Amino acid sequence: MTNRSLPRPNPWVNETTKSIALFFLSLGIFLLFWEWGANAEIFAKGMPNASTTLKELWWWTTNPFFDNGPNDKGIGWNLLISLRRVAIGYTAASLIAVPLGIMIGISKVAYRAFNPYVQLLKPVSPLAWLPLGLYIFRDSEQTGVFIILISSIWPTLINTAFGVANVNPEYVDVARSLGTPRLRTIFKVIIPAALPNIVSGLRISMGIAWLVIVAAEMLLGTGLGYFIWNEWNNLYIPNILVAIFIIGIVGLLLDSIFGALENLVSFGRKA
Amino acid sequence: MSIGLQTSPPEAPAVATSAHLSIRNVSKIFPGKGGLFNKLTGKSTSDFVAIEDMSLEIEPNTFVSIIGPSGCGKSTLLSIIAGLSSPTFGQLFLNDQPIKGPGADRGIVFQNYALMPWMTVEGNVRFAVETVNPKLSPGQQREIVRQALELVNLTGAARKHPHEISGGMKQRVGIARALAINPKILLMDEPFGALDALTRGFLQDEIERIWEQDRKTVVMITHSIAEALLLSDKIVMMTRGPAAKIAKVLDVPFPRPRNRETIDEHPAYHDLKTEMEHHLTLETRAVEEDRIRKLSRN
Repeated sequence: MTNRSLPRPNPWVNETTKSIALFFLSLGIFLLFWEWGANAEIFAKGMPNASTTLKELWWWTTNPFFDNGPNDKGIGWNLLISLRRVAIGYTAASLIAVPLGIMIGISKVAYRAFNPYVQLLKPVSPLAWLPLGLYIFRDSEQTGVFIILISSIWPTLINTAFGVANVNPEYVDVARSLGTPRLRTIFKVIIPAALPNIVSGLRISMGIAWLVIVAAEMLLGTGLGYFIWNEWNNLYIPNILVAIFIIGIVGLLLDSIFGALENLVSFGRKA
Repeated sequence: MSIGLQTSPPEAPAVATSAHLSIRNVSKIFPGKGGLFNKLTGKSTSDFVAIEDMSLEIEPNTFVSIIGPSGCGKSTLLSIIAGLSSPTFGQLFLNDQPIKGPGADRGIVFQNYALMPWMTVEGNVRFAVETVNPKLSPGQQREIVRQALELVNLTGAARKHPHEISGGMKQRVGIARALAINPKILLMDEPFGALDALTRGFLQDEIERIWEQDRKTVVMITHSIAEALLLSDKIVMMTRGPAAKIAKVLDVPFPRPRNRETIDEHPAYHDLKTEMEHHLTLETRAVEEDRIRKLSRN
């Protein structure tokens, strides 16, 4: 061995550090442009500048839980209300969609027979269900949950049925060649094999549920969507921007939970 | 000779777990799409005869290779023996019992391993053992799995998932899974087809070593003349499809245990090899010419 040292790349200049630097640079430029543009009133009259908005963001995130009546709640309460509606509606949707998807996916006849319903209902905007929900339930809380349920059911249902219907036939051949009983084949082979598809369906559904709740709540009474609507009525734009930022962050967190779950069930397969 | 891993004495080969396979006048025809609707839309196809009237007797404790040009219905034949598809005409018997469907009396080694990616190496083998022997205690089941993995030298990889191990190791799991259920007959569908040449040679030696231990009846599909000559007692050469038939059955007289480095010193080796090469080359050329003719007609 000669005494040469292994050439090592500079740890301070690589793709990661470069992308972090670019991120902060672009963020700085964006904030400066915003601050200057708002002060010079080039966007619209009354648009808040970056520093006001950031101060509001700091205030709302450091005082999340106060309650001075329905139109003056901390953003933490509104967030919990939205999350609770999503949790109930989404869980109910998943409990329907996953078993139904498995049953539809196992049988080719059922797959073809139920496909028209799914294809017809899937593209309907969730808000189109709102009047129907209000008429049936006559209650804003239940209507919100209903809207989440009806709009987050389809991606999970479709992905589950697709995953089950397209399980690698070799796995099924292995099970058949061993004389595996039907139920054992379904639970030990077909469902685990379809799990990456099921989880990506659940991930898309969660994304949709989070998109829909904000829109639905504008027409209901509480929650993050109502917070935005309320601030619109107050014509106080900084708080609207704060809410948009918080909705984005929470959506990102929910999505990354499901992203991690996808990795957990993939076992080297591409999801 | 290496018999270091045996758990039963070598002088008592387990003849009881071997089997006689009888294939009697088997044909497999895939029906084409007929009917008025398909005719009008130009989608009608004619019936496809994959295998025509094939008969074959496979004696117990024999290693049989089936070799033929691509598309000759070798894999179709194996899946019929496995019971995964049924013959259109004819019957199969395993120890005089008719084969009516899949069953654990036949162990299958798949070309693409067919390991469940969410189960560990140990879990894949245990799935088979639990399915076939549900009444054994978990401890007994684990012991069978342990022995099977030891047989293929995979004890150290038991807790790995399939995506963490090499192709050669994956196929050793496939072999362990097929053997762990103690089948009467082992069916292998181009077991080394997806492996590189060196790994393939290594696994062929492993198969030779394992087979010497209990001389189970084996039916193996292969493309490789050298592989067939190294492992088989009999080689079934098939004609090209469609309507594939048996062209000839060759006896391979080399003594066992065999060694890939010295096997070609046997006086019969070169004649057998030449005969197989001659047959396969002619059939493959005919297949290719058929395909070219079909393309230029369209």
